[in-house]
Amino acid sequence: MIRFFRFKTLLISSLVQPALWMAFFGIAMSANFNRLTSEIPPIPGVPSVDYLTYMAAGVIAMTTLFTSLFGGIVLLFDKNWGLMREIFASPLPRNHIIFGIALSGMTKTFIQAVIIMVFAIFLGAAFFAGFTAAETVVSIAGILLFVGVFSLGFLFLSAAISISLESPEGLQGIITLLTMPIFFASNALYPITAFPPVLQAISAVNPLTHLVSGIRYFTIGDNFQAIGIHYTATPMDIAFSFLLLVLFAVLMFALAMWRFSKATVT
Amino acid sequence: MRAGSILTGTIIEVEGLYHHYGDIAAVDGISFSVEEGEIFSFLGPNGAGKSTAINVLITLLRIQQGTATVAGHDVRKDPQQVRNSIGIVFQDVTLDRDMTCREILEFHGRLYRMPSVERKQRIDELLSLVELDAKRDVRTKHLSGGMKRRLEIGRGLMTRPKVLFLDEPTIGLDPQTRMRMWDYIKAVNDEGTTIFLTTHYMDEADHLSDRISIIDHGRIIVTGTPYGLKNTLGEDLIYLETADLPGTRVTLSAMGEVKELREKSRGIVAMLNGDGTKILPQIIENLADRGIRVSAVNLKKPSMDDVFLHFTGRELRDEGAEKPATAVARTGRR
Repeated sequence: MIRFFRFKTLLISSLVQPALWMAFFGIAMSANFNRLTSEIPPIPGVPSVDYLTYMAAGVIAMTTLFTSLFGGIVLLFDKNWGLMREIFASPLPRNHIIFGIALSGMTKTFIQAVIIMVFAIFLGAAFFAGFTAAETVVSIAGILLFVGVFSLGFLFLSAAISISLESPEGLQGIITLLTMPIFFASNALYPITAFPPVLQAISAVNPLTHLVSGIRYFTIGDNFQAIGIHYTATPMDIAFSFLLLVLFAVLMFALAMWRFSKATVT
Repeated sequence: MRAGSILTGTIIEVEGLYHHYGDIAAVDGISFSVEEGEIFSFLGPNGAGKSTAINVLITLLRIQQGTATVAGHDVRKDPQQVRNSIGIVFQDVTLDRDMTCREILEFHGRLYRMPSVERKQRIDELLSLVELDAKRDVRTKHLSGGMKRRLEIGRGLMTRPKVLFLDEPTIGLDPQTRMRMWDYIKAVNDEGTTIFLTTHYMDEADHLSDRISIIDHGRIIVTGTPYGLKNTLGEDLIYLETADLPGTRVTLSAMGEVKELREKSRGIVAMLNGDGTKILPQIIENLADRGIRVSAVNLKKPSMDDVFLHFTGRELRDEGAEKPATAVARTGRR
């Protein structure tokens, strides 16, 4: 049986933060981008979306990344407060601890993703434009599937790091170190087509890029243009992105299992 | 796993246990056994290796050298079975501040996969055993130190373990609460649970234990019953103040029960080779016969403190490896 560890933590702050991102950065940037790109002639015959809609998918992805990477921190607190000893001295298999943490974190990212979507639509993001009701339901399920697999990967990673560390400060440092390249070397806020080749290569294997592609596919569609760039995605592309995220999650789980098998808690 | 160990009534069997952190040997080759149903104590100063030894036995630390069986299961080969048969009360409080007493026990029961009916019943039983019925739905952060400790003992017993490990169970508690804790521990033991406890409180080891191992520098120095250990130091002491000290000295040296005399500034200390409570009236009578009036008297039985200091005293620490080695040999006899 999988335990949900401490579900009483308030979500409010983690919900407000992406909402503020959407509200300030999104509106400000989309105003700029819309002005700058108004000169660029639209590609004929391709539906166009504004920057806010484009970026909203990135904000969902970013929030999922941050929440997941910090998701393992409870392990560290439990370890430092001695609560982990009760669990480590019990017959509970170690992988249940990892799954418990991951599933509780995943639930959190689901709630956040839904709230951001609602908030984005409220701000004027053209999500699910031209979708039928059935397509919309499928799309939401698709988004949650992507968000879920992605968050599992990073929650496993976070758990692996947390169980190996002694102090929350260390975790904070490592996570900041990880989030910067993952976040900026991705297509969350801007297109990657203008990146130098090295950065493009990084972003091609960056799980965040694949999450964002998945979310855009499901929120906007398989054929659209934004900030003057034409985006197309075939179901194969999306399936590939998904498989990559699954692979990432499996690798991170193996990493977490290895770290947990080495961990001693006293 | 030794099949015979259960039959012979031994529940913990440790042979040549050695555990080091880097270059430092925290546990330096200890061997001992605990009988089923007894209260067994590790008594030693801080840093003596008590907690390391207990952490190996409860499988939190991987065993490095030596063998250990707990409740018939090998700690190295079968840690899962060991975990299933023991209860633990850790050295520091390990309660989630934001969970209620009931939730703490509930969570613990689920960790050990107790069926829900049994779990509910056991929670009720234990809350009343440790007298926390009234605090059932109170979060642990609102409990006093003693209540937290009681709840932890209750938690340790949740799964009806064969052995309950208590690591410094009364550390930081006030004297009244400590006495109460001892009562709980005794009550638990009376129900048939073997208790293994570590402590650096001598009175605690003395009061609770059936047998004590004094441990220092990672080695067991001596093992025995509290009574036996106190008797190894032997003699009761009597301190007397009289008007005529030289006369007292003569009188006392004439008595066969008096082994040695030591003069103090205002009185005299006699080391006896028998029971002081019986010899003291005799002494007073003998002195009265010679017309010496006793103005003050004090009878001192050797306490666990004396035993403890005797075995772990400074001279031992400075002498290094040689003396503890002979002391370990002594525990082999028991």
